Amino acid sequence: MSSTTTVSTTTTQVGSSLRRSDARAKLRGDAEFVGDMRVPDMLHAKVLRSPVGHATISRIDTSLAEGLPGVVAVVTGADLDDLDPYFGHAIKDRPVLALDRVRFVGEPVAAVAAVDEATAAAAVNLIEVDYEPLPVLASLPAALDPEAVPIHEGPQRPGLFHGLGTLPDREGNVCYRYRIDRGQAEDIFASADVVVEGEYVFPAVYQYSMETHSVIASYDHRGVELWANCQHPFLVRAEVAALFDLPPSRVRIHVPYLGGGFGSKSYTKMEPIAVAMARKAGRPVKLINRVDESMVTTRRHGMQARMRTAASADGRLLAREVQLSLDTGAYADNGPRVTATAGDAAPGPYRWEAVEVDAECVYTNTGPAGSYRAFGATHLQWIGESQVDEVARRTGLDPVEIRRKNLLEPGEEVRPGGKPLDADLIGDVEKVAEAVGVGDPKGEYTGRGVSVGLLAAGAHPVSTAAVRMEATGEVSALVSSTEMGQGTRTVMAQIAAEILGIPAGEIAVEGADTAYSPYDRSTGASRSTTVAGLALMRAAQDLLDQLLETAAAHFDVGRELIEVGDGGLRYGSDVLSYPDVMVKRFGFVGGELVGRGEVRPEGTGSYAEGPVFWEVCVAGVEVSVDPGTGEVRITKSASVADVGRAINPQLVERQDEGGTLQGLGNALFEEMIFFEDGLPGNDTLLEYRVPTTEDLPEQLTCVIVENADGPGPFGSKGCGEGVLAAIPAAVTNALADAGIHINELPATPERVWRALHASKPTDTSTEETA
Amino acid sequence: MPENTTTRIEAEVNGAPISAEVEASTLLLDFLREELLLTGAKRSCEVQVCGSCTVLVDGGPVSSCCYLAADIDGRSVVTIEGVRDEPGFEPYERAFIDHAAVQCGFCIPGMILTTKSLADEGELPRDEEGLRDALSGNVCRCTGYRAIIDAVGDIAKAVQR
Ligand code: FES
Ligand code: FES
Repeated sequence: MSSTTTVSTTTTQVGSSLRRSDARAKLRGDAEFVGDMRVPDMLHAKVLRSPVGHATISRIDTSLAEGLPGVVAVVTGADLDDLDPYFGHAIKDRPVLALDRVRFVGEPVAAVAAVDEATAAAAVNLIEVDYEPLPVLASLPAALDPEAVPIHEGPQRPGLFHGLGTLPDREGNVCYRYRIDRGQAEDIFASADVVVEGEYVFPAVYQYSMETHSVIASYDHRGVELWANCQHPFLVRAEVAALFDLPPSRVRIHVPYLGGGFGSKSYTKMEPIAVAMARKAGRPVKLINRVDESMVTTRRHGMQARMRTAASADGRLLAREVQLSLDTGAYADNGPRVTATAGDAAPGPYRWEAVEVDAECVYTNTGPAGSYRAFGATHLQWIGESQVDEVARRTGLDPVEIRRKNLLEPGEEVRPGGKPLDADLIGDVEKVAEAVGVGDPKGEYTGRGVSVGLLAAGAHPVSTAAVRMEATGEVSALVSSTEMGQGTRTVMAQIAAEILGIPAGEIAVEGADTAYSPYDRSTGASRSTTVAGLALMRAAQDLLDQLLETAAAHFDVGRELIEVGDGGLRYGSDVLSYPDVMVKRFGFVGGELVGRGEVRPEGTGSYAEGPVFWEVCVAGVEVSVDPGTGEVRITKSASVADVGRAINPQLVERQDEGGTLQGLGNALFEEMIFFEDGLPGNDTLLEYRVPTTEDLPEQLTCVIVENADGPGPFGSKGCGEGVLAAIPAAVTNALADAGIHINELPATPERVWRALHASKPTDTSTEETA
Repeated sequence: MPENTTTRIEAEVNGAPISAEVEASTLLLDFLREELLLTGAKRSCEVQVCGSCTVLVDGGPVSSCCYLAADIDGRSVVTIEGVRDEPGFEPYERAFIDHAAVQCGFCIPGMILTTKSLADEGELPRDEEGLRDALSGNVCRCTGYRAIIDAVGDIAKAVQR
């Protein structure tokens, strides 16, 4: 179910729910994923992973494994001693294979390439490793203990594109700290009418893209060639090139379809190990993670936090103070960026007199944590929004009123010096409140809640693209966005088609091949439609300019008199089809035209100040709680996709629906467990439950808001992540509305039952000072 | 290759007879993907939770990640490759495309085979509860299920009298 607030438009391809160009190939099993591919002479790999959480390695003996028939190469850290074997997006802290030390259960120690996977697995079992145990710090409290051993030593080296300014030194196991300090928070808290405070825990979560990390690597005289399911092929290319001491042009990455990403395939993951094996074996190697391996390849950060909010007696928000620690696991991956984004999300989109944030990124002896859909915002929004609701309860306001009173308005500054707010937040909140019936009469054990937040979206705005027209008039869009389920190839075709006046279905869009498809920074931060889409729109316009030049000469009129349409260019009643334009230009049926477009930090506004746009995170839910079991049923959920302009409304709805279910999983039951010794406690899908059809809310609403206020093509801006941040917050607020105060996610039946049946309020979070 | 006992199997895969020597421990999923190059069945959870490896054995859905290749001896196996060109496939394709129920697509062949096995028996539910139940053994991490349930509901109406 959806409703749309539409701006008037005259587009035909953009704004229409065209069918996905890749759906048929995918549903027929024709679409190739890396795991389905094979290259000539290919070997199969298996990785030996550390069974212990923290130890020094005193000996590795691979001789038995090397002797097993069918084994072609056994690789250990020692095979990389001619290189600087460290990588890491934010901090260069991670060796391709463990060197003298392992830091988490599951860390790759050695890898075998063999004629088949069974042989590689058998060989892995023959590798002998002696570990000398070190203290295992498998939780935030353990790693933050002043007596804790440092998990990393030596100077901190910045990653290639960390984008975080000068990286300060580590403090113990804290690898990065992000602070906001505005106004006089202390004074305000000392005198405020209402102060709400609490401590909160958010769990580590597994992204579970159904396709695990997969890569095929070859290494020969031409360099490295990879078929990898990576979201950001150009960033991976740079990192692999640096690791193996090659110019980037000699690392070629093909990205086929991805079986989901959600951030789990951001940045470099298994690619370096596969390249190391191919380098030693002299043959291509295929490496496919199993689910338990992908779970320790990347995950969402667990967090503990303390937050206070001060308000006036009439419900005006005054000050907020937050300390938060994010568990980034044994290697930083994208943790520092997640930490900064969490810090930015901590105040929420409100007008404050003072904000103090101290966010730290902490190493622990667990699998590394990195990106997962709406990182940072998901961690903070449920906390901040639960305190806003608590202020509302104490000051006699309803959840919509308090937000109306305090939310930022379009054009107001969100953070000093950054892009001002580009969305109508209160309008968005009203829509979800209405959809889930906030304020309507309700029964016992039923609650309704809304939440609102912002996510800095777009990442670094660098994308390039090209549009190519053949002599036959056939068009292909060359754009390196990764198709991982969101439908980017369809959306890109729609954008280019709109400019060229041809049906989107006639434009071919393939996955990235870094040797030939133009540079795109990344597919993440909801940026593809907005940033890569704008580069592609400019490329299509550039192509059109070239076509117009030829047509203008042919018609012998100014190009401004020529119109696009009917599969070509029109002057009055004369039409020149695109193939005709091409013949006019080249004098025979041959030649081609290429239009190119780029987006970079430019001018003022979206592409200079950052973020590119503020992604809106707004949702509402209605819950019904079984007082006997503590089980939570989601009877209604609603989200707002505030997308500026929906290039393909149906695909926008799918983004929000999928994000809603992931948000419900995060809120209600998903949680990765690590025991004290660092062993994963639930590393199969039997124990780690993800949402199924049974978890679908009875009523699911996605409201698409189109105010044409985005910096992307046709006024668009990205979506798909915001809902994931908004849902857990709406759930905890709905539970609080039913009298159940949750300070630790997931809100499992046990936690809900305990909160419901505690004799006095278990919510130690709320105390009033007056 | 580690020592293993092999057995000969005679079976029918997508309507064609096959005869092969397989190791006792070989999983049906690996046999289909690696030996027969039928890659429509996908590997994900490997513990019979997600359904992405679903194929039909004698018409019924099985998780090929937890099914021995040796056990197809004397049986008939159908994968997505065996149904996608059948005349009766059109309603399946149409419904999934029209509802935009295919996102990354990794789960979809399994969803379709689960649906088809029920439809072939005339047991595909038409009501929301029944549909949710019927598809509860197939995980999709992308779509949020709404579109898939709606698509399968359409299929139920189209292919069952
Ligand atoms: S891979 Fe077989 S059920 Fe998940
Ligand atoms: S479409 Fe991606 S898992 Fe279902």
